[in-house]
Amino acid sequence: MILSVASGKGGTGKTTVSAALAWAWKAPLDLMDLDVEAPNLHLFLDPEIEACEKAHLEIPTVDASRCTHCQMCSKLCQFKAISDMGRTLLIFPEMCHGCGGCLAVCPEKALKPGLRELGEVCWGQAGEQGFFMGRLRVGEAMSPPLMREVKARWKRSGQTQKRDLIIDAPPGTSCPAVNAVMDSDVICLVTEPTPFGLYDLKLAVEAFRPLGIPMGVVVNRYGVGDAAVFDFCSQAGLPVLAKIPFSRSLAQAYANGRVLTRAEPALVPLFRDLADQLQRMGRQAKEVPGDA
Amino acid sequence: MREIVILSGKGGTGKTSLMGAFSHLASNFVACDLDVDAPDLHMLLHPVNEATQDFFSGHEAIIDPGRCTGCGLCADSCRFQAVDAAGAVFSVNPLMCEGCKVCVTFCPEGAIAFPERRCGNWHIAATRFGPLVHAQLFPGSENSGKLVALLRQKSREIAGSRDLELILCDGPPGIGCPVISSLSGATLAVLITEPTPSGVHDLKRVAALCRHFKMPAAVIINKSDLNLGVSNEIRSWCLHEGWTLAGEIPYDPAVTQAMVHGQALTEYLPSSAPVRIAVQNAWKRIESMGHDPKAV
Amino acid sequence: MKSIAVSAEGPSMDDPVDPRFGRAAGFLLVDPDTLATEYIDNGASQARAQGAGIQAAETLARAGVQVVLTGFVGPKAFAALSGAGIQVVQNLDGLTVRQAVEKFKNNAVTPSSAPNSPGGRN
Repeated sequence: MILSVASGKGGTGKTTVSAALAWAWKAPLDLMDLDVEAPNLHLFLDPEIEACEKAHLEIPTVDASRCTHCQMCSKLCQFKAISDMGRTLLIFPEMCHGCGGCLAVCPEKALKPGLRELGEVCWGQAGEQGFFMGRLRVGEAMSPPLMREVKARWKRSGQTQKRDLIIDAPPGTSCPAVNAVMDSDVICLVTEPTPFGLYDLKLAVEAFRPLGIPMGVVVNRYGVGDAAVFDFCSQAGLPVLAKIPFSRSLAQAYANGRVLTRAEPALVPLFRDLADQLQRMGRQAKEVPGDA
Repeated sequence: MREIVILSGKGGTGKTSLMGAFSHLASNFVACDLDVDAPDLHMLLHPVNEATQDFFSGHEAIIDPGRCTGCGLCADSCRFQAVDAAGAVFSVNPLMCEGCKVCVTFCPEGAIAFPERRCGNWHIAATRFGPLVHAQLFPGSENSGKLVALLRQKSREIAGSRDLELILCDGPPGIGCPVISSLSGATLAVLITEPTPSGVHDLKRVAALCRHFKMPAAVIINKSDLNLGVSNEIRSWCLHEGWTLAGEIPYDPAVTQAMVHGQALTEYLPSSAPVRIAVQNAWKRIESMGHDPKAV
Repeated sequence: MKSIAVSAEGPSMDDPVDPRFGRAAGFLLVDPDTLATEYIDNGASQARAQGAGIQAAETLARAGVQVVLTGFVGPKAFAALSGAGIQVVQNLDGLTVRQAVEKFKNNAVTPSSAPNSPGGRN
C-alpha cells in the first residue's frame, strides 16, 4: 500500500509526521520525499545515499540544415519554447514542458530529442527501509516531471508489491501536490488547530476529494489555537486519527532535527496507533479497488 | 516605487504572520498576496472585495464522446498519461492534462476541443490597512506563475493610480515558477527562516535563487531562541554571504493567539512584548533597505 | 534607412520609454529620418503566462524592425531578437521616446552584446 502524508500549507509538521511514522511502521517499508522543491525528510532520517542520478526532460534540439521554417512546431507549442525568427529557429529549453509535440509534428525531421536537467533523484537505505528522494535544480520551474522520475526509480526497485511506501508530498493544493498523492491508497493530512491551518486543510480536502482516496487527519500542535478544525472534520466525515500535543520541548526537538518519537517517548504509543490506523485504511482501500 | 517580496522557501516559518504585522506597520502601500495556492493573509486583513474576476490560464483538451472513435492515437501521443482509455470512447483527465495540444493536433476525427482553462478568481479589496490584491486558485489547479504576474501587475496599477509608494507582497512558498515570477522586477526580497535544519536548508535554496536573479535580500530569523546554535549558524552564514540580517524574532505562542483573533501580531500583543518590539525593529530596517538596498 | 522600435508606455513620441521589453505596453515604430510613427500594441505578450519577451520579439521581427531601443531585456528575449537579426540598445529607460530616438540618431548609444536583465524582469 501507498500512504501519502500531505498538508494544505507548509510547516504543519508533515515531514516530522512522515519520519515518526517511518519509525513506527510495522510492515516492510520504503520512504519517498516528493517535496522536491524543499526536500527535508533526509534531514530527519539520515539515510545512507547509495546513488544520485540526474533526471532529465526530453526537449527538442534543431538541425538547422533540415529546417524549412514551415512553423508547424512553433505554432503547436503552447509554451513558447520554440520560436521561428524567419532565418533562425530558436529553442528555449527552460520553457519546454516535454510534450513531444514538436518532434512528432515536424515534417522534415529537423527536430531531434535533447535533454534538460530537472534535478536529481537519490536513493539509498535508512536502516531497514529504502529511501527515495528528488531534488529540483535551483532555477528549474517544473516539479511534476521530476516527481514522476522518483516514482519510476522506486518502481524499478522491483519491491513495490512486498513493501509499503510512505510519500512525503509537497505542501499546497496545486498541480504538484495532486500529482504526488494521486496513486496512493490512503492520504494522511497534517494540519494545526489555527485559522490558517483549517483554511488550508479545507483547500486540501477539496483538491484531493475528487481522487476518491480515503483521507484521515492528524492535528499537530494540539493545544494552540482553537477547536474549529475538529468541527470541520466531523462535518466533512474525516476521521481525526491523532492529536499531537504542543510543547515547547517538542518544538525544540524539531529544531534540533530529531525524530519526535525519540525526543518524546510519550509519543511512541500515539504514532504506533496512527501507523496501525493508516495501514488498516490503506489495506481496506486496496481490497475495494472500486473505491480507490 | 518600491516592491518588497516576503519569501521563506519552506512554509510554516511565520511568513504570513510577519506579513500581517508589516501590513499594520507600513503606510501608503498596497498589499498583495502572491501565495495563491494557500492564501492566508485575508484571515488577518479581513478584506472586503471591491472587484472580482475569473482567472484563465492555458487551455485544456476535452474529447467529444459523440465524435471519438476510440482509435487511441491521443492516448499514444500524450506524454502526461492524461487520456483515460478505459471505455469504448476516450476521455481526458483534467487533473493530468498539461494543455499541450498534442492530442488535439493528432486526432484524425477533430474530436478534441481546446478551450481556455478557468483556474480561479482574483480580487481587488479594501482592508483596514489599505488596498489588498489577492486571489484563489481552484484546488488542484495548474501552477500559478501567470496569476502571480497578473496580481503584481494589478498591484502596480493600483499603486500608480492611488499614488502609493510601496507594494508589499506575501510571496509563494518553495523556489519554483511562482517564486521566480514573484521576484521578477522586485526591489527587495525578505527571507523568513527559522532555526531548524529544514529552515536553514530552504533559506539557502531561496537565497541561491535571489543571487541567481541578482535580487538584494534581507534575512529574518523567526523563533530565533528555539535553537540558539542554529540561529548563530544562520547569522554567520548571512555575514559570510553578504546578506543583511534584518532581525531576530523570539518565539512566543501568543503569535498564534493573534492569528486566532484575526489580528496582526503588532495589533494584538502589548507594546512591551519582545516579539512586537523585534518585529517593529525588523520592519524599520527593511523599510530603509527598500528605499535603497545598497545603503545598508 | 533603418526601422526602429522603441518600447513605449504610450503611443506618442513624448511618452516615456517603457523599461520592460517583453511586457512593455507597446512599441512605437519610428522612421528616424521623417520621424513618422506607428504604434503596435503589445497586449498579446502581456497576456502570456511565460514567454512575453519571445512573443514581443516575434512581433517586431514580423514588423521588419532592425533596431530596438528599450530598458531591460532578459536572456530569452535577447536571444530571440538576435536570432531575428535585430540590434538591441538597452538602458534607455528614464527618457522619452523622442529623446531615445535622438540619442540613437546622434550615435550616442551602443548596441548591446548581452542581455542586461536576469530574465523574467517583467
